[in-house]
Order: sequence, then structure tokens, then C-alpha cells
Amino acid sequence: MAELSAVLATTHHPFYLKATTAPPESRMPQADEWKRKVEAYRETLTAAKPDILVMVGADHFHQFFSDNYPAFLIGKQPTYDAIFYNEEREFGIPPYVLDGHEELSGFMLQGLLDRGFDFSVSHELKLDHSIICPIITTRPDADLPVVPIYTNIFAPPLPSPKRFWQLGRAIRSIIDEYPSDLRIAAVGSGHLSLELGGPRQFGETGPDPIFDRKAIDWLASGDIDAILENVTHESMSGAGNATHGFMDLILMMGIAGAIPASYVDELDLFHTREMYMTWYPGGDPR
Amino acid sequence: MSKYYVNKFLYQVDRDPELLAAYKADPDGLVERWETEYGPWLGTGNRVEKTSWLSFTDEERRALVEHDYTRLFELGAHFFLTLTIFIALYNDDYETKSGPLAFQREYAVKLAHWLGKDYPTVAL
Repeated sequence: MAELSAVLATTHHPFYLKATTAPPESRMPQADEWKRKVEAYRETLTAAKPDILVMVGADHFHQFFSDNYPAFLIGKQPTYDAIFYNEEREFGIPPYVLDGHEELSGFMLQGLLDRGFDFSVSHELKLDHSIICPIITTRPDADLPVVPIYTNIFAPPLPSPKRFWQLGRAIRSIIDEYPSDLRIAAVGSGHLSLELGGPRQFGETGPDPIFDRKAIDWLASGDIDAILENVTHESMSGAGNATHGFMDLILMMGIAGAIPASYVDELDLFHTREMYMTWYPGGDPR
Repeated sequence: MSKYYVNKFLYQVDRDPELLAAYKADPDGLVERWETEYGPWLGTGNRVEKTSWLSFTDEERRALVEHDYTRLFELGAHFFLTLTIFIALYNDDYETKSGPLAFQREYAVKLAHWLGKDYPTVAL
């Protein structure tokens, strides 16, 4: 059976690449610290020696639109193009081409259907920055085949926090059953408190530092009960209008299980708090 | 009210450099053109099938023509689509004049009367 060698949950900040490759004279003050933290985080994936990456993200109205917006979708392709014109324009992220792992995508899709998750599937999916940002930060060579899973954290009504947790658990059991000697790592990105296009955007801190503190502590300690008690669509809206991306971090903890994280780091940027977390369900390889 | 149709406008214009440039140079002309050449087609890529019943309200059309992102927020247009397209339209000009994030901060200030309140829903 396949081995789940690591689960990574991270915020994705689309300006990381731009901020850390700008000429020194025009770099933001935190750029060097940011780069150091990201490179240290990257080691947690490298140490797990993965063969395949199961990637979790959310399309930001790049391919999906409200004429047909899936709650949950998996890609099943040999290859994935990535980064849309308007992301390249705004964030300076270049295009990528990633290998896909069609066999695991198919096994995952069937396993999800068997467990009551009636997923949508795409055979012409282009990946956006929710998946490429963690590739840039944790696997910049982009040399591993991926299985992309997209969730709706964006176009309400949204699935519940509990459903994201349950989906994570289902993905975990499917990985555990995958008949292969390969090592699989799950890498997902989301948000802590976040405001976009509202009055709290681009402030001196994220819109709700108190939520961020609690959210990191809940995830780091594997406290799903506290999350499900405290995190609702309404409470996330209260923390910032785009905070619902936190549900993808809950999903990642679902893949790991309710266990303490082995690596937890964070960085206070000017308008968000960045989080870098890794679980090793089968033991810490470092 | 057709939040869906407003979102469709923002979605289609933001992802097309030619439409985006036209929306910056001549918003009135581009909104009119979009309503004829883009809006009526089913979904976001079909060029055969049409949708017969969607249109903007006068208020929605005015907000789009006037680049009035405060009004779009209040009408429940999706915050991400609205922010992204207006960053594309204004960020560079503001940055040249007043430094990084100047546009985004002004955007937040213009919405400050919503602080502490429930925002207009983006649900359709």
C-alpha cells in the first residue's frame, strides 16, 4: 500500500515569488525573512521523499464560473497547464506545466464516489495559483506528478467546515488503500483570516489576528473538536470576507488526522498572517 | 438585480486583455459592446447558444460604466472579481503616483462605512 509520507497545509500568498525575486533595492523589508521561512518549510516536504503530490486548492474564478461551479472537483489528466493570464498580470507568476498522475486520480475519484463524495471531474483543468503557490514554495522544481483537488471556498453556498474535514478523512483512507509502493504527500493551500475587496483589506495586519492565533493553534494541536465548535461560515465571514479558504486547511488536517503537527511556523506580513504546517502521520523522517 | 450577470461581465472582461483595455479607455462603449457581443451567449465560452432572459438593471449598468466599485460591493458583486479587475485598471497608475498598495488602501477607505456591519451577500 502507498505511504502517506507528509501532509502540508499552508497559506498561499501570490506575491511570494515577486517579493523575493525583486531587486534588493525594491524588496519589501520582510522579503529575506519570508524566503528563509519558506525554504525551511520546503525541507519538511523534501525530507518526506514524496513520489506523488495530492494537491488541494480552490479555483479563484479562473476556470470555474457560476454557470457551473463545482463544490468539489478532481483533475484526471496526464498533464496540467497552470497559471492564467490575469494571474501572470497581477502576481507576476509565470506559466507552469505539471505532470499528472492519472492512475491515482482515477483511484481517488472512484474512492470518493464509493465514500459518498459525488465529485465532479475535469479532463481539461488548468491549475491556478492556489496550487502553483505551494509548488513554488515547497517544490519549486515542479518535478513530481500531481493529483489536483479543488474545493469551493469561494462561491456561496459553500460546503460546511465539517464536510471539509470529512473529505480530508476520506482522501486519507483512499491514499492508505492505494495499491502502490509509492510515497504520497498531500499539499494544500488556503487562508487564515483574509479580506479581499472589502474595507479591511490590505491593513497593517490581517483582518483578524485573534482568529489567526486560534486557527494556527487548533491546527497545530489537531483539535478538530474546537474547530467544528467555533468555525462556521458566519464566524469566518466575521474574520474577513475571504476567510473561508481556512476550510482547505481543515481539509488538510483531515488528511493528517487529529494529531499534533510536527512543524509549525508563521510570518506576520503586512496584511496577512502566513502559516506553514506539516504533519507526518507515519512518523517524522527528519 | 442580476448579480450573476454583473459577475459574468467582471469575469469575462478581466480575463481578456483586449476587453480590459477597452473597459479602461471607454467604459461606456465597452459595457454596451459586452451587452451585445458577450453577455447574451450561454455561459462564458459558447458562441452558438444564447440565454434569453439575462440583463443588467440600470443601477448595475451605471456602476459598471462609472467604475463604481463601492456600488458594485453594495450590489453584491463578487468581491474577488471586483477587486481583481479594478486592480488591473488602476493599480499601476496609483503605484506610480503614490507607491505600492495606494489603490488598494483607497479602495478599503471608500468601503469603510461597512466596517462592523454584515456585508451585502455575494450569494446568488
